[in-house]
Amino acid sequence: MFVRLVYESFRRQKRRKVLAGVAITLGVAVATAMVAVATDIGDKISRELRTYGANLMVTPQEDTLDLQIGGVDLKPPSDGAYLNEADLPKIKGMFWRNNIVGFAPMLPVNVGISSDSNVTLLGTYFSKQLAFGKENFTTGVRSTHPWWKVQGAWPDDNSQDVLLGETLAAKLGRKAGDEIDIAGRAHRVAGVLSTGGAEDNQIVAPLALAQETLGKPGAVRRVYVSALTKPEDAFARRDPQSLRGAEYDRWYCSPYAASIAYQLQEAIPHSHAEQIRQIAQNEGTVLSRIEGLMLLVTLAALFASALAVSSAMATAIFERRSEVGLMKALGAGGLTVAVLFFAEALLLALIAGVIGFAAGTVLAREISRSIFGAQITIQPVLFPVILAVAVVVTFAGSAMAIRRAVKFDPVYALRGEA
Amino acid sequence: MISQTKSDLTSRRGAKPHSSMFLRMLMRAAVLRRGRAASALLAMVTAAAVATAMLNLYVDVQAKLRKEFRNYGANVVVVAKDGQALPADTFATVESTLGGRGLAVPFAFVVARTSDGRSVVVSGTDFDQVRKLDSWWSVTAWPSSERDALIGQRAASVVSPEGKPFDLSFQGHTISLRPAGTLRTGASEDSRIYLSLKDFEAWTGVEPSTIEIAASGTAEEVVELVQKLSRSLPFAEVRPIRQITEGEARVLGKTRATLAAAAALIIATAALCVLSTLIGWVFDRRRDFAIMKALGASEGLIGGFFAAEAAALGVTGGIVGFGIGVGVAAWIGRVNFHAPVVPRLNILPVVLAGSVAVALISAVLPIFLLRRVQPAMILRGE
Repeated sequence: MFVRLVYESFRRQKRRKVLAGVAITLGVAVATAMVAVATDIGDKISRELRTYGANLMVTPQEDTLDLQIGGVDLKPPSDGAYLNEADLPKIKGMFWRNNIVGFAPMLPVNVGISSDSNVTLLGTYFSKQLAFGKENFTTGVRSTHPWWKVQGAWPDDNSQDVLLGETLAAKLGRKAGDEIDIAGRAHRVAGVLSTGGAEDNQIVAPLALAQETLGKPGAVRRVYVSALTKPEDAFARRDPQSLRGAEYDRWYCSPYAASIAYQLQEAIPHSHAEQIRQIAQNEGTVLSRIEGLMLLVTLAALFASALAVSSAMATAIFERRSEVGLMKALGAGGLTVAVLFFAEALLLALIAGVIGFAAGTVLAREISRSIFGAQITIQPVLFPVILAVAVVVTFAGSAMAIRRAVKFDPVYALRGEA
Repeated sequence: MISQTKSDLTSRRGAKPHSSMFLRMLMRAAVLRRGRAASALLAMVTAAAVATAMLNLYVDVQAKLRKEFRNYGANVVVVAKDGQALPADTFATVESTLGGRGLAVPFAFVVARTSDGRSVVVSGTDFDQVRKLDSWWSVTAWPSSERDALIGQRAASVVSPEGKPFDLSFQGHTISLRPAGTLRTGASEDSRIYLSLKDFEAWTGVEPSTIEIAASGTAEEVVELVQKLSRSLPFAEVRPIRQITEGEARVLGKTRATLAAAAALIIATAALCVLSTLIGWVFDRRRDFAIMKALGASEGLIGGFFAAEAAALGVTGGIVGFGIGVGVAAWIGRVNFHAPVVPRLNILPVVLAGSVAVALISAVLPIFLLRRVQPAMILRGE
């Protein structure tokens, strides 16, 4: 009998059920989309923050002091130590390899060119194909220094072509496609580079060319590493030497800038890795601000959808008070009526919740695709959570209305006097 | 619902002019159906509050985040051409062009020799300003007195491993310095020694060659500043630090877009909620509608009555909701950015117009649907 009552109620009152169901569906869809976007935003923004460039730098362990003023290296090439280029692919073998967005080695060399005697030639990877084990990957300044802009074409990493900084190019009167004499040999200028930094006054060349010019094959002065990291907290600042057992494992296995630097040091022999504090520290603050903002906005979204659901339920139940009157006149108790309404609400919440979750997933995908141009990952655990919240909110929204409907005198209800 | 006795009604009718009937009906409708009217108003207020908070946040969040982005330090740099020093009045020109909307810090550089003949970069600057500009510098103790030096952590192991005073020489002039603290940045600063500009100039006679500027404001304002500075400083190179400006623009743009999507979703949900509540409310009162019609009211009058009711609800809900929404936005600002979001009064008309529009739609729609129905059928309860 009870099941039939519920079934008939759904069959006969399609319009009302659809209205309430649409409200729940909409509410659940908005809530799902917002929660999915908010849980994913940290990952997305942290990728966007990589536009700031490398957040870690690897230098030789036993190095002399940098002599750098305004980005210009004054250190004589005979001075100081070098890293070995052959060690670099090992970066892709460390624990947090999937968090490494890219790395770029740098080797500045002073060279003589036809007109100006003292220009820095910077050897680096543009987008070099490397292999570690069976894995192939591409890395270079194009991923670690995304603000570098080239007019013309990027040179190939295995070619002898170079890029001219835009100030230097203007001074020398060269443009893309011209030739330039570097240390007595002619090289093609593939493009003109604009960075807004010291490189505007330099020549940027494939790493092999710089090593050849310097006469030190395999030498690298420093490596810039761009990694996805977790905002630093008190635990991250602990010294790994002082940690033991489980704590050390937890520190080592968290993608803090400090622990990734520690692992870089392990991966590359005789190296010293350090976070570039300007980038690494601020990244954490900006990230936590944006995450916090989205969390609070998601709360507002949940609140708005809860309100929508409960008001729809209240209206739907209020409209049925004559039905309640009839049931009570036929001898149904308050409890029976309440249970009937709650059962209907539960059914409605489950059906609308499933549809709403599907719609919300699509919505979240759309938002993520159009804003970040990337796929969103929706945690499967979200489904039962959202469904449970939908049921609870529907119940809470119905409770007041059901209480009032049950308390109502059947005589007035049947006479139509509300 | 119409519970007055006949005599009561006639006496009141006689006493009051006809024009106030409209107002009285409005008032009575609100008072007699307190529960439903209150729930409709509540929905309206909440929706308006949520909309206000989201709009306010959307407008203000850019300024708030931009402040966070200024922690990345300088976004514009002024460098003397060809390694010369900048003329003495450059800093004053920069300061006056900036007009307090940003921070400018001068830097002077030389390569000095330590007592055992090793080269080290020494820089003179204004410590108070650097502290504000480069908030990521991790410093054990800032220099406070004369001849105190701030030493990069890598330089420290070379010049003063045990924290003892040391000598530096530049072009035959020697200075003896006390290490006040060590500096850690993870970049080229770690290999440098920083002095106060006064000590630096007295020792080397070299004037600043670089001015780093953290200009606040939008991307367009920064570009404008760069152009203004280039015009007034023809002897120097003024350039935006693209690494900082581009990263900021990108992250800011994406955050704003996400927030806009969220705001649109939330406001749409809130508006729909109001719409369904109000339509239910008006639909519920089809008996009032039928009685008015049966008593000879024209459709225009009835429509006007319900519209006026809805408009009153929309205005009340909009204003109260605006107040609450401003509070919510301020609270979110305080919790998340440690600075309250400034209430934007120009949002008020938007919220008010939106509230009234939603209320009107939800009042007029049911009336439009009921228009063709005979009053007798409604009153019979069909």
